[in-house]
Amino acid sequence: MYKIMHREDLTPQIHLFEIEAPAVAKKAQAGQFVILMVDEKGERFPLTIGGWDREKGSVPIVFMEVGKTTRKLAKLKAGDSIHAFIGPLGIPTHTDNVGTVVCVAGGFATAIVVPVAQALKDAGNKIISVMGFRNKDLMFWEDKLKEVSDELIICTDDGSYGRKALVTEPLKEILEANKDVKLVIAIGPTIMMKFASLTTQPFGVKTLVSLNPIMVDGTGMCGCCRVAIGDDTKFVCVDGPDFDAHQVDWDVLMARQKSYCDEEKTSVDIWEDYCRTQMGGKA
Amino acid sequence: MADKPKINLNRIKMPKQEPEIRAHNFDEVATGYTLEMAKEEAGRCIQCKKRNCVAGCPVNVNIPEFVMALRDGDMWGAVDQLKANNALPGICGRVCPQESQCEFVCTLGKKGAPIAIGRLERFVADWECDQSDKPKPQIAPSTGKKVAIVGSGPAGLTTAADLAKLGHQITLFEALHVAGGVLMYGIPEFRLPKGIVQGEVDYVKTLGVDVRLNSVIGKIDTIDELLADSYDAIFLGTGAGLPMFLGLPGENLNGIYSANEYLTRTNLMKAYLFPEYDTPIKKSRRVVVIGGGNVAMDSARCAMRLGAEEVYIVYRRSREELPARAEEVENAEEEGIIFKLLTNPKRFIGDENGWVTQMECLEMELGEPDDSGRRRPIVKEGSEFLIDVDTVVVALGTTPNPLIPSTTPGLDTTRKGTVVAEEETGKTVKDKVWAGGDLVTGAATVISAMGAGKRAAAAIDAYLKG
Ligand SMILES: Cc1cc2nc3c(=O)[nH]c(=O)nc-3n(C[C@H](O)[C@H](O)[C@H](O)COP(=O)(O)OP(=O)(O)OC[C@H]3O[C@@H](n4cnc5c(N)ncnc54)[C@H](O)[C@@H]3O)c2cc1C
Ligand code: FES
Repeated sequence: MYKIMHREDLTPQIHLFEIEAPAVAKKAQAGQFVILMVDEKGERFPLTIGGWDREKGSVPIVFMEVGKTTRKLAKLKAGDSIHAFIGPLGIPTHTDNVGTVVCVAGGFATAIVVPVAQALKDAGNKIISVMGFRNKDLMFWEDKLKEVSDELIICTDDGSYGRKALVTEPLKEILEANKDVKLVIAIGPTIMMKFASLTTQPFGVKTLVSLNPIMVDGTGMCGCCRVAIGDDTKFVCVDGPDFDAHQVDWDVLMARQKSYCDEEKTSVDIWEDYCRTQMGGKA
Repeated sequence: MADKPKINLNRIKMPKQEPEIRAHNFDEVATGYTLEMAKEEAGRCIQCKKRNCVAGCPVNVNIPEFVMALRDGDMWGAVDQLKANNALPGICGRVCPQESQCEFVCTLGKKGAPIAIGRLERFVADWECDQSDKPKPQIAPSTGKKVAIVGSGPAGLTTAADLAKLGHQITLFEALHVAGGVLMYGIPEFRLPKGIVQGEVDYVKTLGVDVRLNSVIGKIDTIDELLADSYDAIFLGTGAGLPMFLGLPGENLNGIYSANEYLTRTNLMKAYLFPEYDTPIKKSRRVVVIGGGNVAMDSARCAMRLGAEEVYIVYRRSREELPARAEEVENAEEEGIIFKLLTNPKRFIGDENGWVTQMECLEMELGEPDDSGRRRPIVKEGSEFLIDVDTVVVALGTTPNPLIPSTTPGLDTTRKGTVVAEEETGKTVKDKVWAGGDLVTGAATVISAMGAGKRAAAAIDAYLKG
């Protein structure tokens, strides 16, 4: 069992849990992920880590309530425990000093981008960050990303904060204006990463994305997480999660992410029903 | 002279659930002998001098002795004889390929059916399991030596148990959230109830072994870090868990699973109990399983139990070459699995949403024997045909996960990714590191992994006391 040492609600739907896991905290690096199980009957699912605290022996994770599993997780409080917490998995993000790096963060993935940007800055890079949210109410960690960035551009889809734009607009402008950008790192919803990739491709700038397919074991045992990268098939959990965006077959990835849509709906319906009848509240 | 009693040339039949019923539940297929049945079957053994069966067993179980004790009703005697060389009889009795090992060379087999050694082994193990007054295992006084064991499959569990009994302090690291390796995540409940495996794991814990789940060695500490951190020796039993795919067009379509994924979802994550358990698996109508080993049979039989209407096994050689246990092939046939032999897939065809809908196949014929001694399958040119499918399970075999070799400098590996270790001791070329089981042999059997664990435990003990 792994204790939730601290809980913070970043928005009503996005939560930060600090999990007690000294062995994971000792080795964790930017860009790696963990596999969690909420309880004994839960599924194994991946979350990219939002940092680590080697002294406290804890690892923060940030997640958004989407399906049954994340809603179930969101019901837990500080002091409660989760059944399994396995990591640090995957290959850490390469954080060499390349010069200028653009970090693009979409939605709750901002939590993942912060430690990556931090590591890149520590390596001596200049960091230009772009963060995008649907609207102001969903935003969090502006301050944290600002702290690790030399420049920060914020956009919202509806213009309720910052600039009214998708992240790809400022990204394109930055690449047009700064010929010395050597690397773009884009992390967020798959559709955002796909369009970020299409935006950087004409500029020929190396672009890394952190892929989030469905996983089971997270250690290379099942092949559930496989994606097409160029002419090869790769397992995201062991060969990634970072990949060259321009080599990713986005259609295969997006189709595979939808493998269990119907089952997910069944799960959510049952869960909502359960919450209403047993817990006397909202799911 | 008294008349010699006539030997019954037929074995006592194993009671089983009827095929129509069992094909729709996950309960154990074979329900096991009664005491009377077991004694009668044991009575068929002629106690021959040759002891072929012992030589045919990879760990040389005292077969004639345990069978005789059982026949005479000395149950604890049978347990002692059986467990002298086999730490996991309840498991081996259920999953060993007896027909190619002990039973294959049984003297009775020349005239009739060999003694059902596996079934008797299972009976004795289950009997012991049911006793409340089990003798406490003897544990030697502490030696003060620490051993780390990586992987909790049959190889790791056996090594851990043997070394713990010898007084060493054992930590067993397992990557998954349960211990047992393939016995838990691969072999289905209806063939090997998980309660039996859990019983073995609990037994190992009672010996004082510290079992640390959710611990991926190489990602948390590496082997070198464990050695630096005060372990005196390390045993690697991480198995061969990396699935092979075919590399054919369309293989990334939705609905195409590796057998490891299909079985892990079903057995380890209990997807057959979805939505009570959260892990889903696709409800399928027409399932094709590619391959002919135990893994393929298990996948096909799971698919049937998950509610598929038609389940096919596609295998490129003929029935004779099927590598699965004979009993499982029979069980699969009885349950209505359709065998498409001498058939090989060519590509997978999908719909506009990325789901597999058809598989194109080729007919094969058998040519000259290849390196493995089996006749080589050759493609019949122009024999392409289509099968409608909504689920495909690729059960072609597995290789060792490269995580440990790649994070452990000084280990020697083969081209196939297996770790090089001495047959007799399991010693690798790296100081203080031993290895055994599928990691060394490539995908093999429970009994060979267990045997390797026993030999390594003896070698590690000798080293620590040396
Ligand atoms: C579906 C299926 C059916 C089978 N049926 C039969 C049968 O009927 N009869 C038979 O004799 N054999 C059968 N086998 C083969 C048999 O199960 C294996 O040969 C045997 O389990 C190998 O044992 P092992 O201890 O070497 O490895 P495994 O059982 O593979 O155990 C290895 C363990 O190590 C863990 N591990 C891996 N890497 C790490 C790491 N870095 N850190 C920590 N832990 C790690 C794994 O999670 C796993 O739990 C079957 C195999 C499969 C897949
Ligand atoms: S999640 Fe199983 S191989 Fe990647």
